[in-house]
Amino acid sequence: MKREDIIKPENKVYSRPRLLDDNIMHYCPGCSHGVVHKIVAEVIDELGLEEHAIGIAPVGCAVFAYNYIDCDWVEAAHGRAPALATAVSRLNPDKVVFTYQGDGDLAAIGTAETIHACTRGENIVIIMINNGIYGMTGGQMSPCTLEGAKTATTPYGRRVDLNGFPLRVGNVVSILDGTCYVTRQAVHTTAAVRKAKAAIRKAFLNARAKKGTSFVEIVGTCSSGWKMSPEKSNKWMEENMFAHYPLGDIKDTDKTE
Amino acid sequence: MAKIHGAVTIERERCKGCDLCVVACPCDVLALQPKEVNDRGYHFAYPAKEEACIGCAACAMVCPDACIEVYKVIVK
Repeated sequence: MKREDIIKPENKVYSRPRLLDDNIMHYCPGCSHGVVHKIVAEVIDELGLEEHAIGIAPVGCAVFAYNYIDCDWVEAAHGRAPALATAVSRLNPDKVVFTYQGDGDLAAIGTAETIHACTRGENIVIIMINNGIYGMTGGQMSPCTLEGAKTATTPYGRRVDLNGFPLRVGNVVSILDGTCYVTRQAVHTTAAVRKAKAAIRKAFLNARAKKGTSFVEIVGTCSSGWKMSPEKSNKWMEENMFAHYPLGDIKDTDKTE
Repeated sequence: MAKIHGAVTIERERCKGCDLCVVACPCDVLALQPKEVNDRGYHFAYPAKEEACIGCAACAMVCPDACIEVYKVIVK
């Protein structure tokens, strides 16, 4: 069969999500953020939330998320996205509010906001990209940096006696009573992308059903910060990150009830 | 037996040459341009062995820049 006969609109099985804007993303080649943006756009479109979803953009690599996904957005101060999401969701109870944050934003400067929003059980979705590094500022150590990982501020590797242990935010928020769904996913393979999409979809449905806070942690790569090729960073993530951040649902109140 | 014919289109200017689609493809269809670059200087991906494509969309799903569209025809 000729290529021209296959490439026809009726044969299309996968295309760019409708809600993804035409802007070229500023992320480095191979960044996990792009895939997560794509699945968030797909989920919003599939659930028909285009006019009802309000995103809270963080400070960090995803600071320009509002340029890429075509829904309403508010830009928060560094780490304060869950606090702003609280306000937006309380003032607009009919909207579905989600935050999109990185580990430096959510787990370092925004720890208090995150924990208290989860404790209050706000009806929001928190999407956290955990790549264990401050990507935008040049690869400094974040709370989620693995032990022994070399970063700009830990050039000889993270030392537990000096820098402490890496923080498992998903496990921390899972013990809080306000959260209804806490999961940890990845987007490095096709199967992982499908699972992550299902998790984000469930989180959005929970927020729409007013069940409480849904927390989706996505273990991602930062090939520029880790100083590896995108392919190698995916392998490094599988070998090292997944040992400390095992994938899967951590809490799901639908199943325990 | 039914045969599946697939094809991919890659937006050349949007591609950043990250190589993830090449790794994800189960049929080794895709490759990065060895010499040619796009306007931003990246060696973009292209279907090198397009007759082997089965339209599984694995490449498109892992593409961080959403520049791949997948088409599939099943001939019975």
